[in-house]
Amino acid sequence: MLVTILDVVIAGLLMGGIYALIAVGLSLQYGVARVLNIAHGEFIMLGAFITWSAYTIFGINPLLSLAVCGPIIFIIGFLLHRTLFTHLRISSPSPAAFEGSSMLATFGLLFIIQNTAILIWGAGIKSYSYLAFPVNIGGAAFAANRLVTLGFAITIGLAFYIFLALTRIGKAIRAAAQDPETAGLMGVNINLVLALCFGLGALMAGLGGSLISMTISIQPTMGLEYTVIALIVIVMGGLGSIPGSFIGGFTLGLVGSIVTYIEPGLAMVAYYVLFMLLLLVRPTGILGK
Amino acid sequence: MDIVRVISKRSFLLGLLFLILVVLVTAPLYTSGYFVVLASSIFMYIVLAVSWTIFSGPTGYISLASAAFFGVGIYASAILVKALPLPIVIGIGGLVSSVLALLVGALTLRLRGIYFAIFTFGLVELLLYFILWWEVNITGTTGRVVPTVGNTTVYYAILVIFVILMLTAYFIRHSKFGLALQSIGENEEAAAHTGINVTLVKVTTFAISAFFMGAAGAIMATRWTYIDPRIAFNPLLSFMPVLMAIFGGVGQLYGPVIGAAFFTLLKEYLTTTLAKYGLGEIYMLIFGIVLVVAILFLPSGLVGLIQKWWKGGWARRSTHT
Repeated sequence: MLVTILDVVIAGLLMGGIYALIAVGLSLQYGVARVLNIAHGEFIMLGAFITWSAYTIFGINPLLSLAVCGPIIFIIGFLLHRTLFTHLRISSPSPAAFEGSSMLATFGLLFIIQNTAILIWGAGIKSYSYLAFPVNIGGAAFAANRLVTLGFAITIGLAFYIFLALTRIGKAIRAAAQDPETAGLMGVNINLVLALCFGLGALMAGLGGSLISMTISIQPTMGLEYTVIALIVIVMGGLGSIPGSFIGGFTLGLVGSIVTYIEPGLAMVAYYVLFMLLLLVRPTGILGK
Repeated sequence: MDIVRVISKRSFLLGLLFLILVVLVTAPLYTSGYFVVLASSIFMYIVLAVSWTIFSGPTGYISLASAAFFGVGIYASAILVKALPLPIVIGIGGLVSSVLALLVGALTLRLRGIYFAIFTFGLVELLLYFILWWEVNITGTTGRVVPTVGNTTVYYAILVIFVILMLTAYFIRHSKFGLALQSIGENEEAAAHTGINVTLVKVTTFAISAFFMGAAGAIMATRWTYIDPRIAFNPLLSFMPVLMAIFGGVGQLYGPVIGAAFFTLLKEYLTTTLAKYGLGEIYMLIFGIVLVVAILFLPSGLVGLIQKWWKGGWARRSTHT
């Protein structure tokens, strides 16, 4: 019985780490740049497919391709914001109008990225095997790659938290999150900071995708599910809060793991019920103000 | 002089609409079966886009629940079509969707802006996964076979739904109720202070809009012959009406009609032409590009563009006389 509980809890935490990482990315994009990026999952998918190609074609170690994947996806996200979203932000009559139109633009991006991926890689399911040997924790066995991905997810989240707390750019990002107008008046290059946030959000998604590809099979249409999970996590944890994203991510991972243990088909249903209840009872999230 | 011009313009428009209706009603008599099938698809998307606009256009609440209401209609039809006559099945499909909309509307009154969009999208996925689980574990099936009723019947049914919807939308726009909706979109607190029952107006409109989506789902189910939760609750059917309506322009009733017709024809054209080169699947890529370009350069949709041309032409004509 104890082993079963441990089994379920650890499996939940392993999934939760990835959920938290991708939620931090979306939280940056929506919390700071005010773009509710429906195409967030597509960056996850891109990260997964770049890692898959690097491993199966060039034999590059998936952990090493984090270093390749990250910058590529960061640049794509950064340029997207510099062109598309900056233009929209300037031409929108109000912040609310920008939120609406930018969300619709990300629907367009979803179609573009997903179908470009289908053209490049085909619509089929892909997978590879990396660090798939079992590791024993307190009597329960887990694939080594899951432990490695959890470790990386936590490390990336911590590194980013420190970056926000200690660096000048981090400070500018936090200022822009609170009040972009005032931050602009204080000498923060607001367009650059917002583009940076969007790029960093995409980067987190890309890294998350890289890590996901090590543990499960991937396909070009996988993105939307992760977008929705990231949305649920940021609603749970509160927008713009990194610790909140981690608490939300681990909670969702645990809930998923427990429900999967009891009734496998209902994991997604449980996510949504939890999510809708939270939206109704506490729309500002667990740690929200 | 001006009054004469207004009256003649109105009777001209009415005549034109009547003529279009006559052409549409008689179309199956002299056109090919292909036209009937294509026109049914166009009307399906028009019904979805216009119903979406009835609620989301004036209020500014972006609803992504269209696929949920459409899917509920599909399932109502799949369960009932063998037992009951078609018009009743369509009516029930619409009613069940309205009831769902009433529930959702009552629950989400506190949610503003983007949270409403997220919640309504969550609803689609919730229903999808719940019915998927229900079908596999309780009824022991994955999909259902829906008996066909013939393409011409589908065409007339969706045409009737379309006409009733347009009349409803027109009367809502030109009534006090429509004004109330408009003022909710502009400033909800102020609307409440002027004595509008904000809750009642929003929930009622949401339910009316859901009724037509459910009815459309109920009739379209018979054309697809086989349905499963992934077909019925396809998230694309939540996104497409929004895109079509915005692309057409939500400022005028004919905006979503044009937007939906344009996208459905574009899809048809692209899938048939590109299929020759084995690229039939990439029409979604072109959709995405069209969408992004439209949002960037056509903020008030095709309607905005048409009005600009119209006004430009009108101004030139007036200066000449």
